[in-house]
Amino acid sequence: MALAIKATNLSKAYQLGEIGTGTLSRDIERWIAKVRGKEDPFLKIGEANDRASKGTSDIVWSLKDIDFEVKEGDAVGLIGRNGAGKSTLLKLLSRVTSPTTGNFKVKGRIASLLEVGTGFHPELTGTENIYLNGAILGMRKNEIKRKFDEIVDFAGVERYVDTPVKRYSSGMYVRLAFAVAAHLESEILIVDEVLAVGDAEFQKKCLGKMGDISKGEGRTVLFVSHNMSSIASLCNKGIVLKNGQVQIQASANECINYYYNTDKSNDLSAQWLPKQDQVPDPVFSLKQASLVGADFNLINGGAADANSLLYLVIEGDVKELNPAMKIGYELLDQKENIIFSSLSTDCPVDTAPVIKLGMNKIVSEIPIKFLHPGRYVVRVHVSIHHHRWICNPRDNKVILNFELWKSDVPSQNTEESIGIINIDHNFVNTYL
Amino acid sequence: MTNDSLVVEQRWDLDVKPQNSLFSLNLKDVWSYRDLLWLLVRRDFVSFYKQTILGPLWFFVQPLLTTIMFTLVFGTMGGFQTDGLPKPLFYLAGITAWNYFADCITKTSTVFKDNANIFGKVYFPRLIMPLSIVVSNLVRFGVQFLLFLLVMAFYVIKGTDFHVTWAIALFPVVVVLMAALGLGAGMVISAMTTKYRDLAFLLTFGIQLLMYATTVIYPLSTANEKYKWIIAANPMTPLIETFRYGFLGKGSFTWISFGYSSLVTVVLLVVGIIIFNKVEKDFVDTV
Repeated sequence: MALAIKATNLSKAYQLGEIGTGTLSRDIERWIAKVRGKEDPFLKIGEANDRASKGTSDIVWSLKDIDFEVKEGDAVGLIGRNGAGKSTLLKLLSRVTSPTTGNFKVKGRIASLLEVGTGFHPELTGTENIYLNGAILGMRKNEIKRKFDEIVDFAGVERYVDTPVKRYSSGMYVRLAFAVAAHLESEILIVDEVLAVGDAEFQKKCLGKMGDISKGEGRTVLFVSHNMSSIASLCNKGIVLKNGQVQIQASANECINYYYNTDKSNDLSAQWLPKQDQVPDPVFSLKQASLVGADFNLINGGAADANSLLYLVIEGDVKELNPAMKIGYELLDQKENIIFSSLSTDCPVDTAPVIKLGMNKIVSEIPIKFLHPGRYVVRVHVSIHHHRWICNPRDNKVILNFELWKSDVPSQNTEESIGIINIDHNFVNTYL
Repeated sequence: MTNDSLVVEQRWDLDVKPQNSLFSLNLKDVWSYRDLLWLLVRRDFVSFYKQTILGPLWFFVQPLLTTIMFTLVFGTMGGFQTDGLPKPLFYLAGITAWNYFADCITKTSTVFKDNANIFGKVYFPRLIMPLSIVVSNLVRFGVQFLLFLLVMAFYVIKGTDFHVTWAIALFPVVVVLMAALGLGAGMVISAMTTKYRDLAFLLTFGIQLLMYATTVIYPLSTANEKYKWIIAANPMTPLIETFRYGFLGKGSFTWISFGYSSLVTVVLLVVGIIIFNKVEKDFVDTV
């Protein structure tokens, strides 16, 4: 298939620090160098974008010699930490700023959504803002007129179209703004993390709309998000950026795996170890709790694929056998709803693990395939039943967390289903 | 690699490079965004009088009060000559024309700073913004010009002795020249203030000072011989003189000065567009 975007040696340098008198003298120096046909003296000493270490130069390369190609109809997810250059790349592609070196070629019209509601004027009514915002995003008036009803319908603000948007609730405002952008008819759509706004239901609606755009209408989409689940569900291709350079360019699932594998900066803790100062319990002392994957290694960067396996491993030293001792865990979602609570004694007697004196290592599979993508917390608890806590989950002492994402599995549904859990179920037609 | 030769020649619609040639002005791009221009003008106009009772009538207030002030201060107390014309009419003519130019230049000169937010998020030909400013102000000018016509009609009914001349036919040209002059100079200044804002401070009072070097509150005919050349060198002077000459029959109109003004305007406009186009590409990084 033909290419939609092709970038060669694309770089962008930014100047650090304030612009003041010192900048003027340097500008003059640069200008003299340019007039004499020499290379820019300040660009040469630039270095890769590593925010943590203080560099020696005032010039920093947000992007350095990037090469990539995007095929027509691809949905490409841009993955990387904050400061990896994702936003700079989007800015370049949306032509908000120009590259320092290199170039890129584009086939078709580009519409970019770096922010929702750019150019909305608070005093103007919903209708007026739809037209204005549409035109700013590059739509012709007739195009907007044709899509007007669809936009209003999608945003669900029909009653308010003649009211100034300053009287809108922030949710309505964002919905309207996204609705305008979602109805752009450009061949290429560039989307920054604008979906981080609005309520969960609307976010799903937006993701669904984006899915329609890329899968249904076959348009090219470039999408930046920190949410791997939405990248996995929306995109078929991915690009991983780090310090302004392309790490890999592959399928979305490969990219997500690569990102989780190499980027340990996640705040997700897949392992819990006791601290020195904890007083050991006379009956049981917890030595370690960890989340491991199918290969029994700690999960990569705290992320688990819902189409794979996830185990909770609890290791502890039993000093005194007590038949009332129960080991278990609770699974909580991001909003701290307990999805389920499970105990080692829940299993039938013949399959329940037998606790022995000394070190025990109890393994339990967490049924992640029934979960929606997102962040989850595992709280380990140990107790002497009806007597006392050895490890109270309410203390939030032994907690592990992981991020669940779903490698792309073909389904007719582009939207996530509703509900706390995500049952993997069948529908069968029995042809009466 | 062998596949490469089979690939059909790729067609590209756009090639973005660090630097384009100085004269690739993308005027075609501007044309395709003309709907945006009108919508921006509409926005400016509508948002100006939202939640007011008098609405667009507020456009009248400023020139009216300024005229009364000038009549009192310069006309009555200062005893400035007005070429034998009724003082309010003389001042109003100058103020109406001058305001248009001054509004164009001041608003255009801060266009990057004012719109940094939009410019930083979405691409459209940046030239649309200053153009919309000039057209928005044209609406304002139109309303104020109406006021001028009303005052003129009042004096005609009163039987004051003045008459329009053939130069009234130059009126559309004068308006276009004023707009172009404000736009051109404004764009040059705007391009120069994206990185260093010093010039922006100069502009606010510079425009006020420039008004005194233009024939707004006195006719060119009464200007001091020694300094007359400075006033005549100001490209706005011939435009205001032509405006007065056309509508009120008094003023120093010569084709040479008018031609001079036109030439300066065209040069400034072209230079302005070129500089503006050069700066717009990455001003977002420095503004």
